[in-house]
Amino acid sequence: MNKNFTKQEYSKYVKSVSPNSKLFINIIKAFVVGGIICVIGQMIFNWLKGRGLDPEMVSGLTSTIMIFLGAFFTALNIYDELGRFAGAGSIVPITGFANSVVSPAMEFKTEGYIMGTAAKMFVIAGPVIVFGICSSVLVGIIHYFIS
Amino acid sequence: MSYINAFLVGGAICAVGQVLIDKTKLTPARILVLFVVSGVFLTALGIYQKLVDFAGAGATIPLTGFGYNLAKGVFNEVDQTGLTGALTGGFKAAAAGLGAVITFGYIMSVVAKPKAKR
Repeated sequence: MNKNFTKQEYSKYVKSVSPNSKLFINIIKAFVVGGIICVIGQMIFNWLKGRGLDPEMVSGLTSTIMIFLGAFFTALNIYDELGRFAGAGSIVPITGFANSVVSPAMEFKTEGYIMGTAAKMFVIAGPVIVFGICSSVLVGIIHYFIS
Repeated sequence: MSYINAFLVGGAICAVGQVLIDKTKLTPARILVLFVVSGVFLTALGIYQKLVDFAGAGATIPLTGFGYNLAKGVFNEVDQTGLTGALTGGFKAAAAGLGAVITFGYIMSVVAKPKAKR
């Protein structure tokens, strides 16, 4: 690396490098936190499986427990703190889906339990369910006609 | 061993989400939508099942796993009941998750003290 930078060249160099290293740090944080959340899911899965439950039920129950944990830690204001640190690492797992339900619902509690809490639960979850179900219907129809 | 696979694959899926957030300025809501839809189509193409077999919770816990669940449920229902299965399968497969999100979500939101703004 050439060390004889002028001031302008140096600031240009810093500018070109720093956004990438910030991105890199964000990716590492997301990777580690997201990975740990998945490991917790795997621990719950293995524990339930070890108790001899039906495999189909085990995965449903694992998601249920993870959703409960996501909602619970959001209610304690811990999950949003985690989100500030981990970015996508806390958004992408299913605990983040629970967080996206509880967080706006808590915030709009002042508008009442029906049009505040209950309605705002689906600000983010609504689109996710709509697009998830619509695309599943689409692939279901395709599956019907090609199989 | 299953924990290492879960960590690596789960972490990698989240890292993809982070790249999308930082590079494309997509909002978290759009990321979640994108991940669920990708999960559905990757499952339909037979790719996601391999990832689930390899990584377990590392593939089912990220929201792409929700899409995987939807697509798998739809395929099972279509095979058993025909075309109506395309409409019922997704909700059947997602029933546990959606029931949990709505019930726990509502109870927690009502019980929780609103957070102090920062």
